Amino acid sequence: MNNLKVLMNGIIKENPIFVLLLGMCPTLGTTSSAMNGLGMGLATLFVLVCSNVVISLVKNIIPDAVRIPSYIVIIASFVTLLQMAMQAYVPALYSTLGLFIPLIVVNCIVLGRAESFAAKNTPLSSLFDGLGMGLGFTLALTLLGSVRELLGTGKIFEIVVFPEHYGMLLFVLAPGAFIALGYLIAIINKFKKA
Amino acid sequence: MKKLESSLKNMLLVLTGITVLSVAILAYFNELTKEPIAQANMKILNDALMSVVPGFDNNPVADSDTIYKMKGEVKTVDFIIYPAKKDGEWVGTAVQSVSLGFGGDMTVLVGFDSEGKIYDYSLLSHAETPGLGSKADVWFKKGEPGDIIGQNPGDKPLSVDKDGGEVNSITASTITTRAFLNAVNAAYKAYLTGEVEGVSGATESAIDSEITATENKE
Repeated sequence: MNNLKVLMNGIIKENPIFVLLLGMCPTLGTTSSAMNGLGMGLATLFVLVCSNVVISLVKNIIPDAVRIPSYIVIIASFVTLLQMAMQAYVPALYSTLGLFIPLIVVNCIVLGRAESFAAKNTPLSSLFDGLGMGLGFTLALTLLGSVRELLGTGKIFEIVVFPEHYGMLLFVLAPGAFIALGYLIAIINKFKKA
Repeated sequence: MKKLESSLKNMLLVLTGITVLSVAILAYFNELTKEPIAQANMKILNDALMSVVPGFDNNPVADSDTIYKMKGEVKTVDFIIYPAKKDGEWVGTAVQSVSLGFGGDMTVLVGFDSEGKIYDYSLLSHAETPGLGSKADVWFKKGEPGDIIGQNPGDKPLSVDKDGGEVNSITASTITTRAFLNAVNAAYKAYLTGEVEGVSGATESAIDSEITATENKE
């Protein structure tokens, strides 16, 4: 399989959010604004790329029976590294996403790609798979965050589109996440069929 | 290269190896980021202090007092008092105070000038609902709907309009507003103990008998 195809596969054809519906917890939880969605997406992208490459490098020295615990340790290490780095260099973003960063460890996209792609392919194509899936995730989260921020508060990336007074607060809260995600998936499916 | 066989020896070796390796990397990185993390936290606190008290030239963090109580072995910090001085002259005090909001603990840094009036405040951390209670970070600032700047909680404790007070509550977030004002009122009482020698009548209710120790570096 060529690498470009692997990359596009994660962004469009098998988009983790809109097509595979994986990793719903951070998706619904962090997308109260476009900036938060983007930040969470990029954090996951970093972990996905690193863990995919490392796992595909060491896949042959890991016996099958202990592969899941091994993968988890590798993924958890990268998440902890990321957490410490964010705390040190981007404290503002860390304070808004803080709770969700450790949860990347149990994000099923990361372990799912390790198991279904990195464990069977070369490090290079695993890198592209991680990039593709990560970008697909980031795009989806940013889009969902923008929709919720716009409908809820009248802003996108803190830029005012209409006065906050007319915003539907529901979209900033948890139920709005489900509703917005549902409609986004419906719209995307409609376009794909057409 | 062929995949390693899942024998007991292989499994033990591989799992131990991976764990040891990742612990080593994490320990190294922890050492590396310890200093920047401490600096980042310090900067957040200093920026907040800078905004809530009038211009100062001392180091309020070094001069701070912590008021805490002991529950068995556990130490819970109630207030941290940061005095601000300019040319040796006391110009105001910032008090860090905690109160239980709608979503969890809410930490507020309130600055008072030398007359006990609220100079400004900063919301250090909170777990309020985004878009509702989270507005507390600006709602009570000057010119905002719930403006409390310049008021003196010593004249009359601040309370929300729903409870017969004068502060406009955040739309649909009375609990957050109440918690915030409680934190400010409590901070004021701690501010009195911080600056007035001896315990006056007003402070006894805030600093109750459970408090067994205060750290005073002065």
